[in-house]
Amino acid sequence: MGSLRPVGALGLAAIALLLGGPVLVSPALAQSAPTYGLGRATSAEEIRARDINVGHTGEELPPGHGTPKEGAKVFELQGCIVCHGAEAVGGVGPRLNSKTSQDLPIWKRERILPLRSPFATTVWDYIRRGMPIGREGTLTPDEVYALTAYLLFLNKIIPEDTVLDEKSLPNVKMPIGDHYARLPEWKPNTPRLQGYPY
Amino acid sequence: MGSKRTSRRDLLRSGVALAGGVALGVPVHAQEHDHSMAPGSGSENAYPMNPYTKEMIAYGERSHFVTSVRIPHPMGSKASPDEFGKVFHVASPIQDQVGNITPSSLHYIATTRQSFLPDIDPKLHTLMIHGLVDRPLTFTMEDLKRFPSVSRLHFLECAGNRHTAKHRTVQESHGMTSCSEWTGVLLSTLLKECGLKGSATWFVAEGAEEVKGASSMPIAKAMDDIIIAYGQNGEPLRPQQGFPLRIIVPGFEGILNTKFLRRIKVVDRYYMNYSDYGHLREKDEEAALGYQIGPKSVITYPSGTQQLPGKGTYEISGLAWSGGGAIKTVEVSTDGGKKWNPAELKMTPQRMAHVRFAYQWNWDGTETAIMSRCTDEIGQQQPTLEQVAKFFNKPVGNVPGLNNSVMPWKIAKDGKVTNGLA
Repeated sequence: MGSLRPVGALGLAAIALLLGGPVLVSPALAQSAPTYGLGRATSAEEIRARDINVGHTGEELPPGHGTPKEGAKVFELQGCIVCHGAEAVGGVGPRLNSKTSQDLPIWKRERILPLRSPFATTVWDYIRRGMPIGREGTLTPDEVYALTAYLLFLNKIIPEDTVLDEKSLPNVKMPIGDHYARLPEWKPNTPRLQGYPY
Repeated sequence: MGSKRTSRRDLLRSGVALAGGVALGVPVHAQEHDHSMAPGSGSENAYPMNPYTKEMIAYGERSHFVTSVRIPHPMGSKASPDEFGKVFHVASPIQDQVGNITPSSLHYIATTRQSFLPDIDPKLHTLMIHGLVDRPLTFTMEDLKRFPSVSRLHFLECAGNRHTAKHRTVQESHGMTSCSEWTGVLLSTLLKECGLKGSATWFVAEGAEEVKGASSMPIAKAMDDIIIAYGQNGEPLRPQQGFPLRIIVPGFEGILNTKFLRRIKVVDRYYMNYSDYGHLREKDEEAALGYQIGPKSVITYPSGTQQLPGKGTYEISGLAWSGGGAIKTVEVSTDGGKKWNPAELKMTPQRMAHVRFAYQWNWDGTETAIMSRCTDEIGQQQPTLEQVAKFFNKPVGNVPGLNNSVMPWKIAKDGKVTNGLA
């Protein structure tokens, strides 16, 4: 990857000096140069409008808030109940409410997103981008915070009086902690797993 | 032959009868054919002569005698489309495929979640690249076609392409893999145009379908060989393969090959999207087997439910592929895995692409099992199911990870072919 890094400001200045030209490169421009000059410069507003990713630090989260109680109402009003059942015990859609004991290790419990996910932000992100089926992307931030709170409460991860917002959501401690495998660094022309029977 | 029959046959063959059939809206091939008119019967124009339609000239179609079709995957699952027009997983009829390329119309289909087909106007579609880059840029389809292009053969395989003892046909057991020639611009070209920052380690690719499927992938792969593809087998992508734009991640699990690509976000960590969460594993060795697909091969002829007409010579034929690189060798066993014979490769193997292999076999009419195994250019050899089970210390039939193990087909004395795992 080293060869792909943009030449630093000092590097460009040094080249300019060597060439005997005036150093007109400001630090902001002292970056890699485009080769083809294709594509349109994209503003921060345009990016905000299209970027629906929410990483675990929550930096992309919009302002808003919601509680488990509010979430229970949204769950009915938005029709989540039709597929996921009352209290999210399942129906034509998957069960989202764990019935296993909290004493069991997480990997012996159900594969339910608001239970096994390492980050509550992933739950928030998926509800916003993918639900409800047929009306994806129409929930307000408050509704998404409330639904996330409700599902985390049903799975006994947060107490009923919790208010989730853009500050508190990234701090929710999920039961999995860091007990999950990390992907090994990928390299070209390299076997997936040394010692695997090949 | 009676004169009455002769005149009916003459009528069928005459242009008047054909024109009449078309005028009445009856497809010509739906009319009764007289099989006594086989070639060699001495009569001229021994076959029905169908008139062309404008549609056949404008955009071709296959013979109505060729009937192989895609089927729902896994076997017995909900049919696609469902009553609302949504699609699930659909497997390609690889038992009928010849050569190395899958016809675009028979390419397998998989969806992040049950989904409709987005009807995207390519004039309005754009790809945004942002995040850890010096210059966030938005590209129109026209912009993308002005960059230097590549055309490469690559397979796609769904992680759910796992063969078990229950499968009857190779379509059921291995139909979630396909191979096309993809045309597009290298993602590395676009990232360099945007100016990749040194802190970039991962990127997220996102589609424009209703669930906006998004996956994290390593920047190292992006800089190696990922294609932002707009072409498939000589024409624009098929809608079912992501028209107008998709990402091709050579050798990586199908789900990562994001369709309807609308956004790439360059980041400094695994982003744990919903699709990434689906890859979450407890054990390191299971996680390590995700993403890059292992070396895999399967015999497509003779395969499950097919019937050998009798003893004698056959060309055993199949497909081999690997996410690690090009296939180097394929071997075929016709005695249940005791002796392995080198197979012929039908083209120069391409990196992360299907290659057709074949082995000439003289069947003596006794009961046996046939199977294939492959080795790729980085030395990975396709394992048997027993080897995989031993590695994970799990029973055969319950092994984790992608299943790239050897697939046996049983040949009975009467020539019937069945699943060798059953």
